[in-house]
Amino acid sequence: MSEEIEGTRPAIGEASHEEQQEMGDTVLSPEKAEEVKLKARFPHLGAKPGGSDLLRKRLQKGQKFFDSGDYNMAKAKVKNKQQLPAVTPAEKAEITGDHIPTPQDIPQRKPSIVASKLAG
Amino acid sequence: MAGAGGGGNDVQWCFSQVKGAIDDDVAEADIISTVEFNHSGELLATGDKGGRVVIFQQELESKNQPQCRGEYNVYSTFQSHEPEFDYLKSLEIEEKINKIRWLPQKNAAQFLLSTNDKTIKLWKISERDKRPEGYNLKEEDGRYRDPTTVTTLRVPVFQPMDLMVEASPRRVFANAHTYHINSISVNSDCETYLSADDLRINLWNLEITDRSFNIVDIKPVNMEELTEVITAAEFHPNQCNTFVYSSSKGTIRLCDMRASALCDQHSKLFEEPEDPSNRSFFSEIISSISDVKFSHSGRYMMTRDYLSVKIWDLNMESRPVETYQVHEYLRSKLCSLYENDCIFDKFECCWNGNDSVVMTGSYNNFFRMFDRGYRQDVTLEASRESSKPRSVLKPRKVCTGGKRKKDEISVDSLDFNKKILHTAWHPQDNIIAVATTNNLYIFQDKL
Repeated sequence: MSEEIEGTRPAIGEASHEEQQEMGDTVLSPEKAEEVKLKARFPHLGAKPGGSDLLRKRLQKGQKFFDSGDYNMAKAKVKNKQQLPAVTPAEKAEITGDHIPTPQDIPQRKPSIVASKLAG
Repeated sequence: MAGAGGGGNDVQWCFSQVKGAIDDDVAEADIISTVEFNHSGELLATGDKGGRVVIFQQELESKNQPQCRGEYNVYSTFQSHEPEFDYLKSLEIEEKINKIRWLPQKNAAQFLLSTNDKTIKLWKISERDKRPEGYNLKEEDGRYRDPTTVTTLRVPVFQPMDLMVEASPRRVFANAHTYHINSISVNSDCETYLSADDLRINLWNLEITDRSFNIVDIKPVNMEELTEVITAAEFHPNQCNTFVYSSSKGTIRLCDMRASALCDQHSKLFEEPEDPSNRSFFSEIISSISDVKFSHSGRYMMTRDYLSVKIWDLNMESRPVETYQVHEYLRSKLCSLYENDCIFDKFECCWNGNDSVVMTGSYNNFFRMFDRGYRQDVTLEASRESSKPRSVLKPRKVCTGGKRKKDEISVDSLDFNKKILHTAWHPQDNIIAVATTNNLYIFQDKL
């Protein structure tokens, strides 16, 4: 597994050596240029895009609903930090109980099942 | 240049049919999520986000119009999966059909496997075109006769009736996947099949629903160490012991079930070496393989990553034998494609019947074909504008920079909401099914 270096310097692109000397500048490959753009917009973006955070988000697909069990566990955790095992920031984000739902948060009820329009 | 097609470089693709609503307001349930021809090509199945399956049947060729192949008309439609709720995790389970796979036909009935994120179902589709009439103890409408009124006996006979196609769930394979199922694949032995989720692959017997064998498990002991997930898996078309699975890091592993019960150790690892100086933030994301398909011959396999299609020779692990650029012009748009999540779109790919041409989708309702023999490629569009019956599709071209020629479309004008993720090719003929967001297009070659 290769490691991404934090704050990578732009790499030399495909331009020929003579062209580079003429321009006096480094030429970025299109992909690297896009990376620079992204880092400019999101400076706090981690260097490891394929790492745990992205994959964890992928594994956790689907609408999470309010769970009173999770909610009470989260409340208890705030009170007794020592008694419960350490929770990583990523895991915390997944616990339903931390966020108290409001009517705006409650998802729309799914419409009743009708026949497919492809069969029409 | 004329379209790419098997057996010659002069194939011209014509519009044949389009299914689905015309209006632009697309209900989420109508989004097509999978398309699959059966083994004879007579049936074409689609699955959608609403958990419904629609099966089309090809009409027999009409004697009046020998130039045309039969049209596909609705044969059966049913609700395969319904939304469910995981009470333990307070998570909704989507009813979206992720994959449909047909079983080879063994008798009069047709069987297919359809799966959502968690549950696979075996459906039997059977025809009924006659019914028994002339019972002694029952009236025609089903009411029972008073036995004392029966004075003579008769033998009930089968009388023809209007064709009725019935779909019934024969098996439900549930509770075997913690993560989301992305693939199912029927073994060439016709007795077993595999189902793959993000971290595990299970082997099932088609007859047995309460037991499943885990054959691949890449879940790390500590989830913090998770670096890659399984993205697709498929059984070899004729070696019943062999299957492959692809990963989010761009690798494909070939496994042999004879080697051990748990195939965590691969037999072959297919990976193209990367130039470390070209590595960027996006490298791993765009190398993630969204689909893997064996050729019909079983000699090659094809993988689809975000920007390209690669053909691998199973005998060579070091690099693909062919690489085709689907939409290289998107490389300079990766930043915005990451922001709008399009960089995570999962495109599928398919082979034609004799493995000479491969096809995959792109944006703006474009799809691409690559003729491996003639080294030609073509970009076509699935749109209502070019949907006059038997009208030849005009090749499309994306202008990547400089002066835009007439009829070309510039990269910035592409509609990234119009994506063709699912395509299918008839197993023998030049008939293709292309799914846009909510419409199914059928194209044929000009006879």
